[in-house]
Amino acid sequence: MKTDELVDALVADLDASSPRLNRAIILAFSVGALVIAALFIRFVGLRADIANVYATLRFLTKFVVTLGLALPALGLTVRLARPEAEPDKKLLLLAIAPAILFLAVALELHATSPGSWWTRLAGVNARYCVTLIPALAALPLACLLYALRRAAPSDCQLAGLLAGLAAGGVGAAIYATHCMDDSPLFLATWYPIGVGVVALAGAWLGPRVLDW
Amino acid sequence: MSAPGNESDWAMWMRAAFRGDREAYRRFFASATPRLRAMARSHGARFGLDGRDVEDVVQETLLTIHIKRNTWDETRPITPWMAAILRNKLIDAYRRRRARPKEVSADAVFLTAPDEARTGELDRMIDRLGERERDLICSISLDGQSIAAVASRLDMNEGAVRVALHRAIKSLARLYRNASK
Repeated sequence: MKTDELVDALVADLDASSPRLNRAIILAFSVGALVIAALFIRFVGLRADIANVYATLRFLTKFVVTLGLALPALGLTVRLARPEAEPDKKLLLLAIAPAILFLAVALELHATSPGSWWTRLAGVNARYCVTLIPALAALPLACLLYALRRAAPSDCQLAGLLAGLAAGGVGAAIYATHCMDDSPLFLATWYPIGVGVVALAGAWLGPRVLDW
Repeated sequence: MSAPGNESDWAMWMRAAFRGDREAYRRFFASATPRLRAMARSHGARFGLDGRDVEDVVQETLLTIHIKRNTWDETRPITPWMAAILRNKLIDAYRRRRARPKEVSADAVFLTAPDEARTGELDRMIDRLGERERDLICSISLDGQSIAAVASRLDMNEGAVRVALHRAIKSLARLYRNASK
């Protein structure tokens, strides 16, 4: 078949489409996140003492850090979903959450007695944290990757990794509504493991699922 | 290799195509294809690709431009977008070329005519389509390039032909994707 004949077929296949790719990606991710959040809150529930702690700094820090990772990661995923996009300094936005976490850990170490550090770090529910975060992130990640299949990421592995960070961050934020371990020492030790698993899963899936 | 006028033409035609303007889309392809071919030729030399390979890359690029046209951000230039797709397909062609040793050909010289009779990647992919899909894709050109004409020849509803053609083109893209893994 000649190139001209191929072009004829492509032109015949044209239909009016409004290519709102960014919107579609963000929408898919949001739907996945909201559905799993609703299911989690309905069936597992918020922590019992939420009315007392919602305004505390430690509690709020958990959301600032997790969403502070998820939202830039989502934005970067959208940016890098196009073939000509190059990874650039904007990736440094991913350093915001770790920086805040670092600061929170420093403040915690300063404000508490060394004897209590190990207990705070070990926490009570590390096992749940490390398993529930990936479990909660699975649906948002699936939705995001599904939407990205309509895209053409310049680097499929990086796009997958970023998608994993976005989904992991959101999974962690949802988990934080239930988690009773508030110390930044716990946050800095166990949450990154949960999020890291999702990020690696995304990086592994990227080239396999997003290839174009 | 820069004729700035083409960037704005291409962008204008593609925007019109987003609104369903087939004439503009046709003009886009007519204008962009020779430039893509030239780009592929100059970059392809580095990858050891010959004339037939270059046309393969051009065809796969055009198909991908069509399938992934929604990934062009209208607020950004279109030329880097096209070039990025071309680059991606050059790499795929290079991988395929490595997996399959060069066929012995009397005129396997770099400057072979573009639409060489030697079997190209596109024909290989089309062979793998179902008979119905192959017939549809191949006949658009012959049937006066219109869905209406195909529909009347096959005695099918235009809508059904449209859907079937769309599926056929997606199958083609999928075959290309699987071939370069």
